[in-house]
Amino acid sequence: MTLSDLLRADLRLVTEMVPEGSRVLDLGCGDGSLMAHLRDEKGCTVRGVDLSPEDIASALGRGLSVVQTDLDEGLTGYADRSFDYVVLSQTLQVVRRPAFVLREMLRVGERGIVTFPNFGHWRVRGYLALRGRMPVSRSIPFTWYDTPNIHHTTITDFRDFVVANGGAIEREVPLVTREWAGAVRPVSVWPNLLADTAVALVRRA
Amino acid sequence: MEAEHRAGGSPAAPTIAPPASGPQVFELAGGLDLASGRRLEHVTIAYETFGELDQRRANAILVCHALSGDAHVAAGPDRFGEQRPGWWDPMVGPGKAIDTEKYFVICSNVLGGCSGTTGPGSADPATNAPYGLRFPLVTVEDMVDAQAALLDHLGIERLACVAGGSMGGMQALAWARRYPERVASVAGIATTWRLAAQAIAFNEVGRTAILGDPTFSGGDYYDEGQPSHGLAVARMIGHITYLSDDSMREKFGRRLRERAGHAFEFVTEFEVESYLAYQGRKFVERFDANTYLYMTKAMDYFDLSAGHETLAAALAGVRSRLLVLSFSSDWLFPTYQARELVDALKAAGAEVSFAEIESPYGHDAFLLEPEQQRRYLEPFLARVVAEECKRGGGER
Repeated sequence: MTLSDLLRADLRLVTEMVPEGSRVLDLGCGDGSLMAHLRDEKGCTVRGVDLSPEDIASALGRGLSVVQTDLDEGLTGYADRSFDYVVLSQTLQVVRRPAFVLREMLRVGERGIVTFPNFGHWRVRGYLALRGRMPVSRSIPFTWYDTPNIHHTTITDFRDFVVANGGAIEREVPLVTREWAGAVRPVSVWPNLLADTAVALVRRA
Repeated sequence: MEAEHRAGGSPAAPTIAPPASGPQVFELAGGLDLASGRRLEHVTIAYETFGELDQRRANAILVCHALSGDAHVAAGPDRFGEQRPGWWDPMVGPGKAIDTEKYFVICSNVLGGCSGTTGPGSADPATNAPYGLRFPLVTVEDMVDAQAALLDHLGIERLACVAGGSMGGMQALAWARRYPERVASVAGIATTWRLAAQAIAFNEVGRTAILGDPTFSGGDYYDEGQPSHGLAVARMIGHITYLSDDSMREKFGRRLRERAGHAFEFVTEFEVESYLAYQGRKFVERFDANTYLYMTKAMDYFDLSAGHETLAAALAGVRSRLLVLSFSSDWLFPTYQARELVDALKAAGAEVSFAEIESPYGHDAFLLEPEQQRRYLEPFLARVVAEECKRGGGER
């Protein structure tokens, strides 16, 4: 399974969380598939930001509005509370200033939806414990010295992180995404151990 | 051989280039009220069109030219009937980013220009002599009003897009604010919502060179020949601002022209000197010094936020989808200004997209980087025109 299949899996959950007609800002929107889906299927007003020229061009072809933005420089221009939902999907771990990015999300949006890989997953723990090496797997296929993922977190750490930055978690959906290709399954027990991905709905505290 | 194919209408015939209108002229009968409060009774607008307007009139794209441009944006016959490439040839034409096989492209010489549209070199109907400096100052908004009158004449109610670079981008932005219902989209490239002090300063140096030329004669030089030296100096300064340190270093370095060592005389020695001298000379042959004064003044005056406390407030009525592109090495229309514009559009809730294109070519990049612009412009335009067709734009 590729990373983009993983994305598709957790994005399906994001679309379920967003009510019809919402104003949505998608941070790291890629080629705009989530935005297009929210616009076409749920009548949402959507805006996106991304860095990649290829992705911005693809999104333009879908009639989407995407502003090339380095998230670490904040969400300048957007007025406070100008969106109902701000989505940050599989991107928290690549920014240099995750706390600043979260505060910006909570400034411009009523709610944020954050999806992230759970570094507390048993495979990751096992890899480090048994091999004594930084985990490399299908979902984290990078060596430690050459990786875009510079801020890994666990589900438990993420809870503290949200609270420490003026937010509150309204809903948390731990997921197993990797067992069968494309299949997603919520996890009810020991989420920080058994879920490889989490989707969190956050708001200002 | 090719002519035979065409005449026979054979399906194997080579693709026939979409029609280019060649130079056209529109007489604006009703005159034009200007931002200055003055009025021009007689206005002629020179324009050209490329490609064909579709039945729904949903595929019209207006391209606005920059300081020294004209109506001849793409390849086609010039006023002498000769095929000549356009000033934005890499971007506009069959199969190009602004595809004249799909879109109906209109480009007109701006008000105040010197390539067919009424400007300071035109005859003042009151005296039958050229206006010179008696020509009223025109603004970017005045230019746009003249273009709107031209579109009325062409029967185009609504444009799929207004696109332009530099001063052309200013016009495109002015369209979005001034005629929000008439423009589905705007592409503003290497442009700004208002010049900062640095750009105004360069314009003023250019104007000072022209005004100080002894042959300027208060702008009434049309019988004696124009102030070539002043205009050439203005153009040389302009060209420096269109390049970048990197591109000049790469293009010229410290290379000497046709000599091994220094001449120890005040002659053209360095390649860069020769380039600037050539650009100055070439410009004087085709451009009017008074128009240069009027164009730079119009750019200096342009302020998209005019009349409002903030730019975002001024843009509250914008209904067009916008694409803003800047170039990393453009220090005349820098990325930070494009971002100010984009931030204000975001705050106004507008549908705006933005990208900064990596390029070493400075401000000139909008003329020299067709592929990088095409990457964004092509899908943007395709989608807008498809939506306009569904919308039944013009619905005739």
